[in-house]
Amino acid sequence: MFHTYLIKYGEIGIKGNNRHVFEDALAKQVRLKLAQISGDFEIRKERGRIYVECSGDWDEEETVSALSCVFGIVGICPVHTYELAGIDELRRDIVAYVAEEHPGSKESFKVKARRVNKEYPLDSMQIDAQLGEAILEAYPQMHVDVHHPEILFDLEIRDRVYMYSKVLPGPGGMPVGSNGSAMLCLSGGIDSPVAGWMTAKRGVKIDAVYFHAPPYTSERAKQKVVDLARAISKYTGPIRLHVVNFTDIQLAIYDTCPHEELTVIMRRYMMRIAEHFAEKDGDLGIVTGESIGQVASQTMQSLLVTNAAVRLPVYRPLVCFDKSEIVDVAKRIETYETSILPYEDCCTIFVARHPVTKPLLEVIERSEAKLKGKIEELLEKAIYTTETFTVKPE
Amino acid sequence: MREIYFDNSSTTRPSEAVLETVIRTMTEDYGNPSSLHSKGVDAERCLREARKKIAATLKAGEKEIIFTSGGTESNNMAILGAALAGRRRGRRILCTSMEHPAVSEVCKFLQKEGFETEQIPVDSRGRLDLAALEEMLSGDVIAVSTMYVNNEIGAVVPVQEAAELIHAKAPGAIYHVDAIQAYGKYRIYPKQLGIDLLSASGHKLHGPKGSGFLYVSKDVRIVPILYGGGQQDGMRSGTENVPGACGLGVAAEEAYRNFDEKISHLYRLKEALEEGLARLEDVVLHSPSGREGAPHIVNASFLGVGSEVLLHALEDRGIFISAGSACSTHKRSASPTLTAIAAPKDEVTSSVRFSFCESNTLDEVTTTLAALEELLPALRRYGPLRRS
Repeated sequence: MFHTYLIKYGEIGIKGNNRHVFEDALAKQVRLKLAQISGDFEIRKERGRIYVECSGDWDEEETVSALSCVFGIVGICPVHTYELAGIDELRRDIVAYVAEEHPGSKESFKVKARRVNKEYPLDSMQIDAQLGEAILEAYPQMHVDVHHPEILFDLEIRDRVYMYSKVLPGPGGMPVGSNGSAMLCLSGGIDSPVAGWMTAKRGVKIDAVYFHAPPYTSERAKQKVVDLARAISKYTGPIRLHVVNFTDIQLAIYDTCPHEELTVIMRRYMMRIAEHFAEKDGDLGIVTGESIGQVASQTMQSLLVTNAAVRLPVYRPLVCFDKSEIVDVAKRIETYETSILPYEDCCTIFVARHPVTKPLLEVIERSEAKLKGKIEELLEKAIYTTETFTVKPE
Repeated sequence: MREIYFDNSSTTRPSEAVLETVIRTMTEDYGNPSSLHSKGVDAERCLREARKKIAATLKAGEKEIIFTSGGTESNNMAILGAALAGRRRGRRILCTSMEHPAVSEVCKFLQKEGFETEQIPVDSRGRLDLAALEEMLSGDVIAVSTMYVNNEIGAVVPVQEAAELIHAKAPGAIYHVDAIQAYGKYRIYPKQLGIDLLSASGHKLHGPKGSGFLYVSKDVRIVPILYGGGQQDGMRSGTENVPGACGLGVAAEEAYRNFDEKISHLYRLKEALEEGLARLEDVVLHSPSGREGAPHIVNASFLGVGSEVLLHALEDRGIFISAGSACSTHKRSASPTLTAIAAPKDEVTSSVRFSFCESNTLDEVTTTLAALEELLPALRRYGPLRRS
């Protein structure tokens, strides 16, 4: 039985002088994540690796599934530890290890020991040879392949002996919080939660803003967005969610501007409000789930016009994704089922029959100019009445 | 803000007497009616009283009442039970084209299992086509199921005439009536009307949720669908939901107390709302007017305003109604009744239902009409662009 996990991380390992910043961020995220599940966990940073020691009422499946939500982890290795002893004991240990972790195996293998503790009497090569021989003696149906082994036995000789041969995949990416924060425009659809998840994967902390339009959108539509935020918070950590009442702004646009421009103008105001909250929350960018050409408001021309409404950079992680690719990710991160619940969101309420697909910035700005004098007050009111709360993983 | 609850066909608020009974049966008479000791005997007595109360409202025998978990179970038990009991005699089962899913889905299931289920048509006002029914009836029909009152538009099925036709042209066929919206609103005497099975639900008449019953005439035999400890004469195994059944008993008794007075009051509310709606523009009524339809249901389409939008706009003012159909831009199944009566699409997407109970007041109707008058122009202004 094992009770230790070795956490492998990829990109962080190659960082230069600020490497410890990323490692600390990862250790922190691992700690926060494991605090949500039952069991006692000790997280140790040691010579460029992170170990998780598990004790108390912990469950293997639950622990692995929690760790596999922590960005920055590329591999989770269940590690068996043994007392540091002579080579004969070590030979017995590895035979027992194979019996437990690879019973009945006929696969090829290789032993790769690292002697960190230089006082150990045998060097790495000698340990490899000894242990390989022990396995072959005990399990003659297995064979050695040093180039492409099916099983790689990793050993580290430290104050204890660490042995592992399995690497469970982690989500990759970088630890959340190691790369600033951004404001996610979260709708009830399939795309935006995926965009948030992808951005967080690059180490970005996520805040979010949702626009609702009562009575045109229901409480359930809002609850759906909270549920989506909760679903991705499993990966991103707690999300500050701003719920903006957008009805009056929408109606004003409807009353004043050409109807085929409604969606584009509406999105520009959404971006402005998102930027307001981004700046307030100290975010360095805005994230949307837009993808080129998906709908009229996401053509290159429309994106240009929407983009021009704000100064902050707008990150669009899905910009070149096909819908089916987005759906695949949404299913994997378990937001899809919630996203397809049939409640109106405010983008689907006021849709012109033939919206512009190639808006011109000057034309849109001219239409928007007609809102001057009344829109300022509505924006202020929307911001003032915004409901802000933190959504945490369940 | 005062709350105006006009969604009584969805569910009702339990009455004080029902609450008291439920609490008493959960705190004092909590025994298992099958237990031999006095706790069990007490619970059994409570259950029996409830059964008596319900039987009295139907002029039925105590043994003819089987407690269930509600309307859906009653309907399932009736139709599946009748189908299983009659399967050696024939395979045809009839129901109307405007049934609640708790009936139509059971028929769909039976269709897959090798039965032939057919729909009796209704006209544009939800009136059953009796001539068509007569035509469809023959000796190989084993069961017929109709509603008494339609849940969406309050159309009333002439159950007595239907029963006469059924028993004359398909002797041996079992006639089931889904009376979930009718029980407590009509005096229903199954024996006199020729009804063999009758479903009712507790929470539609101020009883507890999770309670209901199926009346099974002693002259017909249906096959049980739940097996186990053999409770309720083996018709419905499972420890009886004593609080639910007793609450339902009280609710049933209350529903038929001062009955005529209450029904007149409901019709007054209905007529007041109908009159008010008639003064508004672009409103289409789907519910049969006045006494032609059920006393408690008014269904109307406010053209150009999505059902759900109007629902939330009224909700904002503390008025709770029901959306006849779901939102337009996403797929959700359209209303079965409005589809059956062939209502045009713009009427389907804008239909809402108001449903009353006896504690609603004329004042509430007036307030609702005033709210509608105020809201509709604004909501319509933003209506036409909606995707259809």
